[in-house]
Amino acid sequence: MTAPPGEMMVESVTAPAVVPTEGRSLWRSGWIRLRRDKPAMISGTFLILLALIAIFAPVIVALLGHPPNEPHYDLLDPNTATPRGRFGGMSWHYLLGVEPVNGRDIFSRTVYGARVSLLVALLATATAVIIGTVLGMLAGYLGGLWDTIIARLMDLLLSVPSVLFAIAIVAVIPNKAFGLSGSSLRIGVLVFVIGIFAWPYIGRIVRGQVLSLREREFIEASRSLGAGTFTVMFRELLPNVAAPVLVYATLLIPTNILNEAALSYLGVGVRPPTASWGDSLAVASHGWYSIEPIFMLAPGLAIFATVLAFNLLGDGLRDAFDPRGGR
Amino acid sequence: MARFILGRLIGGIVILWLVSVLAFVLFFVVPKALGNNPAVLFAGRSPDPATIAGVTKKLGLDRSYVDQYWDFLRGVFVGRHFDSGSNRSWCPAPCLGYSFRNDQPVWSEIVDALPVTASLSIGAAVLFLVVGVSTGVFSAVRRGGLFDRIAAAVSLAGVSLPVYFTGLLLLLLVSYKWHIIDNVHYVDFTHNPALWAWNLIPAWLVLSLLYTANYQRLTRASMIETLGEDYVRTARAKGLRERTVIGKHALRPALTPIVTIFGLDLGVLFGGAILTEHTFGFRGLGAISIDAVNTQDLPVTMGVTLFAAFFIILANVLVDVTYAFIDPRVRPS
Repeated sequence: MTAPPGEMMVESVTAPAVVPTEGRSLWRSGWIRLRRDKPAMISGTFLILLALIAIFAPVIVALLGHPPNEPHYDLLDPNTATPRGRFGGMSWHYLLGVEPVNGRDIFSRTVYGARVSLLVALLATATAVIIGTVLGMLAGYLGGLWDTIIARLMDLLLSVPSVLFAIAIVAVIPNKAFGLSGSSLRIGVLVFVIGIFAWPYIGRIVRGQVLSLREREFIEASRSLGAGTFTVMFRELLPNVAAPVLVYATLLIPTNILNEAALSYLGVGVRPPTASWGDSLAVASHGWYSIEPIFMLAPGLAIFATVLAFNLLGDGLRDAFDPRGGR
Repeated sequence: MARFILGRLIGGIVILWLVSVLAFVLFFVVPKALGNNPAVLFAGRSPDPATIAGVTKKLGLDRSYVDQYWDFLRGVFVGRHFDSGSNRSWCPAPCLGYSFRNDQPVWSEIVDALPVTASLSIGAAVLFLVVGVSTGVFSAVRRGGLFDRIAAAVSLAGVSLPVYFTGLLLLLLVSYKWHIIDNVHYVDFTHNPALWAWNLIPAWLVLSLLYTANYQRLTRASMIETLGEDYVRTARAKGLRERTVIGKHALRPALTPIVTIFGLDLGVLFGGAILTEHTFGFRGLGAISIDAVNTQDLPVTMGVTLFAAFFIILANVLVDVTYAFIDPRVRPS
């Protein structure tokens, strides 16, 4: 999987002389290894495109579709409430057809769904990374009681069924809280719920790394020069755990996408009419998918492609930056 | 050994207690802090002022948190009365809550739904452990071969597919297109074991796909490690049959990390089972918890959450103890 050192040397000899062999940083050699990983590079490109689609959703929908919440009853058969025509009423005007019951443009809803999915997954991952890195470093570096408490807390959070707790948390939060309401509150709650159950994944990695770094000479040197706990943690340890954190954060994003979609599918995530892939699947699951599979294929394949791309990119990053981790 | 087991048991009890505090804070303190009246949440959909007052009295919501927590904890062990004037409701132990909406203890609803979730989870666990471990062993033995590469690709797809998508896809094919199993629904095991299994097959397949992929990867990695050990070389050098070397010398130590991970995965499996039963329309624990959110019957959501958390923590302690029996290195001398 990973390029052995010998191969790397050959590469640096044949490479243009601009790149000096010595002083190549971890990030630079990682990038060189990553560039050779075709699936990871293709996935990365796909994800950049997807991010652009999410950001420019209003523009894309204005050009190629209809507003995501606009009903089109004229496209539905009044007796069955399903779209007229084949494949969910697919046409040049409605690229992926329209939904049953209210005739909303499936293409537009899938494009807008990318926004919720990426936004929630990225923010939840960021939350998990911040909490996981800080607590993981505290546990690993301070040890003793701190370590016991934090490690036990991580075990606990990893073992309880997070979906049920997420349902419960959503159930007790009123329609207005923390100065937020409507879909911004729902997104905030989702980020919190997903992030709070995801940080132990990062925390464990960081704790393990710090445990092995703690006894190294550079930490001792820094301490003997009078550096305090926080200086050692943020100046010395943090740069050294950054690479694995990046790798596992990338691998956490697809899990978080699946969790967001799952909660929206169960009806406790983003609230309709805000478009989300999970909600689109929920709409399809009310018997409609058996009449026209496109209702479920559009959001389902969107989730699958995105999650697969993040997994492939994450695997590539792991092979590039953390050669001994994983498999 | 006895000390180790005792230690784990005490650890488990401490965690159970922590979870009960956490749950109490989540269901009684958080709503109040956010400006929601817990009595309204517990009373059911749009209750009238008299019902709210009754529920407040029954739950003792006007008393201090310490008293409320104490009543809550005592209910779990010895049961409790919910009194308000002439209206008395008895909730026997283990009282995980009382649904004022349905006027019955939450426990009875949990007991009804449990077989569904348990059938789904246990069946899927057997399937993914057997398939995942055996394909993992095969991949590791023929590393880099055609089977290994196909298995790697299938694994990757497996971890990237949400169960609620594969579930609908499978239902579409099995039920609507091919008519192999029409109208998939849950049949009680005691009613008809054959129909029970027949109707559960699609759900087992869907739920196990994700975990089969994980366990295939894990077993493969773990096997590759043990196959490189000196004692495996020694076993081969002694002239033992390859089957014995792989099955006994390499596989057994490779299984120990898998037992640990299985214990950790139980909670996630539970979550997966909830999504699967929702997709297939089975009335398991997840279904009653979600229905309770939609009908605003908070006691049921609370009961299910508590029950699941307790169950998972107990299962984890059991896995730890089992682990000590399998792997002598874990036992502290």
